[in-house]
Amino acid sequence: MDLSFSDEDLAFKAEVREFLETKLPEDVRSYYSRGMHVPKELQVRWQKILHEQGWMAPAWPVEYGGTGWTVTQRYIAAQEFGTMGAPTPMPFGVSMVGPVIYTFGSQEQKDYYLPRILNSEDWWCQGYSEPGSGSDLASLQTKAVRDGDDYIVNGQKIWTSYAQHANMIFCLVRTDSNAKAQEGISFLLIDMNTPGITIKPIYGIDKENTLNEVFFDDVRVPVKNRVGEENKGWTYAKFLLGNERSTIARVAQSKRRVNKLKEIAKTERVDGGLLADDKDFMRKLAQIEVDLMALEYTELRMLSQEAAGKRFTAEPSLLKIKGTEIQQRLTELLVESLGMYGAPYEAMGDYEGRNDTAPGPDYANGPMAEHLYLRAATIYGGTNEIQRNIISKMVLGL
Amino acid sequence: MDFELSDEQTLLKDSVDRFVQENYSPEARLKLTETDLGFSRDHWKTMAELGWLGMPFSEEVGGFGGSPVDTMIMMESMGRGLVLEPFFSTVILGGALVAEAGSEAQVEEIIPTLIEGNLMLAFAYAETQSRFNLNDVETTATKSGDGYVLSGHKIVVYHGDTADKIIVSARTGGESRDEAGISLFVVDRDADGVDIRGYKTVDGQRAADIRFENVKVGANALLGTEGEAFPIIDKVVDRAIAALCAEAVGAMTAANEITNEYLKTRKQFGIPIGKFQVLQHRMVDMYMEAEQSKSMSDMAAMKLCFDDVVEARKAVSATKAQVGKAAKFVGQQAVQLHGGMGMTDEYSIGHYFKRLSTLEMLFGNTDYHLNRFSAAS
Ligand SMILES: Cc1cc2nc3c(=O)[nH]c(=O)nc-3n(C[C@H](O)[C@H](O)[C@H](O)COP(=O)(O)OP(=O)(O)OC[C@H]3O[C@@H](n4cnc5c(N)ncnc54)[C@H](O)[C@@H]3O)c2cc1C
Repeated sequence: MDLSFSDEDLAFKAEVREFLETKLPEDVRSYYSRGMHVPKELQVRWQKILHEQGWMAPAWPVEYGGTGWTVTQRYIAAQEFGTMGAPTPMPFGVSMVGPVIYTFGSQEQKDYYLPRILNSEDWWCQGYSEPGSGSDLASLQTKAVRDGDDYIVNGQKIWTSYAQHANMIFCLVRTDSNAKAQEGISFLLIDMNTPGITIKPIYGIDKENTLNEVFFDDVRVPVKNRVGEENKGWTYAKFLLGNERSTIARVAQSKRRVNKLKEIAKTERVDGGLLADDKDFMRKLAQIEVDLMALEYTELRMLSQEAAGKRFTAEPSLLKIKGTEIQQRLTELLVESLGMYGAPYEAMGDYEGRNDTAPGPDYANGPMAEHLYLRAATIYGGTNEIQRNIISKMVLGL
Repeated sequence: MDFELSDEQTLLKDSVDRFVQENYSPEARLKLTETDLGFSRDHWKTMAELGWLGMPFSEEVGGFGGSPVDTMIMMESMGRGLVLEPFFSTVILGGALVAEAGSEAQVEEIIPTLIEGNLMLAFAYAETQSRFNLNDVETTATKSGDGYVLSGHKIVVYHGDTADKIIVSARTGGESRDEAGISLFVVDRDADGVDIRGYKTVDGQRAADIRFENVKVGANALLGTEGEAFPIIDKVVDRAIAALCAEAVGAMTAANEITNEYLKTRKQFGIPIGKFQVLQHRMVDMYMEAEQSKSMSDMAAMKLCFDDVVEARKAVSATKAQVGKAAKFVGQQAVQLHGGMGMTDEYSIGHYFKRLSTLEMLFGNTDYHLNRFSAAS
């Protein structure tokens, strides 16, 4: 056991810091560190810079474009990104479908899709959830029927994040209606420009459009766009969800919010002094910070165990539960820190009458947007109730 | 002791409930939040016609002489529908300040017009440094000739961009956090030097930042005695907090009903999600928080009828602390139990969550009122 960094690690840290200081565009940093959705054009511009640096997909095997960083280096990079307010790439390509493709995909799929994820030519979205199938994902009804070299897909997906930006969607579809729910599902890669696909926006409680419904009406998808075997999609889907869970602790982002809260507390006034002198407030912040440390060291301990060869079942669900609860508490405290300026809110999306600049101090522009959106953090990626069910069953044997 | 409503009170409750049912479907409300005004002038007229705008005022000025219990009943029913009209800002806050502090002439000038539905008010008290402390006032009113000159910056004035007159707390003497030396003024929205910048708030309402730059007002703009407004503000705001707590109780009750229904109808894994024990217990906790809040809200309304300042302060702060905690829990869990549906603007539950969150904050959040309760005990 040893918590110290080697000289190489320290040099690596300096390298990442230097890269972010010189290459991270200010507009990207501003949106992201305020807690707002980064517009597509900015996100893509930033991803291209990351790609040029070779850092688009650190976790991938080196042969497909990964960086080959050690566990410690990945941790260091994540911390630096968090501190500097640098967004990580959109997860749908790099963290979700990418690993499914290099693990289970055909050579042709690997050769075609992986480079396009790395250079941001494709924007992926995730077609899992359906109106009747959220927590009970395996009950999904979107059907794919074989017709020669194609599948014909009919059905509906919902809550599809950023589908309006996407040109590709990975979908779970039912290819065998007679088998047990989990055994009749296949994993398809579908071009969003195929005739028969329609997207309908859903506006969130933050008044922004990140969610969508995606409808499939006799959509032809070549059979070669299926990943792995027919009716084995559930295995790949679970593999993907496992990956999603372990990137969802978001410690570095939460640390950034802790720092932001400390800055705000040094500016906001109360009782003739500063919010930083308010014991109730600072105690709440300290409690979250301690919980965040517990999460951070749990994540590090798990990563170290994994590097030493341990195979986890559902332990990473802990990271998702604790990480999302902390995200929600932090954004709630951010709103609280603004006092009365916690009430104004206008969405980014245009509508007549929107003010160009938000009322209140500059740092008041953002926390509410983030607070509202992150109420979903305990819902997406498998709700926290479902995560607790999984731990109790898989880890505790209950 | 009696927690039951009288016959008149039942009629009042039914009448507000009916108004909410007829006018406040989630779709109708959402549409109103998207207008420039942020509410409906027609609804306001209806409220005037039904006599609601006169509820707390004395019969001499055309009111009904209603008690804090009557206010509680109305606010609770309005809370169920997340009503947007400025009943709270105009009647419970602004109107009460005028009625409590104003001279006979001022009351005569303002209250009857207000009751008819032809005058809206907003109360500008918060400042960038004040947070929830009503005595932390840096806006100044300096004597000049017969009148005063007002200068300062008031923030997040609910309904501040639609009110005809703004009631402003300003310092005529004392140091910045002294209770002594605070005065109240009535200022026309279009007086020279008044700059109103309106914006939407997260709970579907509107508020404004208002700057006063050397605004000249006459002596007749002063409400009550110079420098002695604080006890009146304190009293009116205590009543107002009780009213907001009642609104929160109504909103929590509605949010719980909607969520409870959803648990019975939404199916996953082949059964209603309400069959999962963890959700049953969560729903029970939400129910208990709302019940406890209702008891406290009723208690506060009844204690306010006694006119004992310290008892009222304790009752109101205790209630706000309970309701604040409950409002956050119920609002957040109502969204959580709806899954993705809870995150959509089109569906009602998120709007309850957002209003409940601001109700926790307005006029002092839970921590603030725990401290105030502790200091008063
Ligand atoms: C902002 C956001 C982004 C999203 N992005 C995507 C995306 O890009 N692609 C995609 O496919 N999906 C996406 N989702 C969908 C998300 O995965 C689902 O919302 C989630 O799985 C929950 O499903 P549901 O909404 O149908 O809720 P339901 O499953 O109906 O759940 C409702 C409530 O019941 C509880 N519950 C359900 N079953 C149980 C049980 N067995 N035990 C205890 N409690 C239970 C849940 O925890 C929840 O509280 C997104 C959702 C949100 C909110």
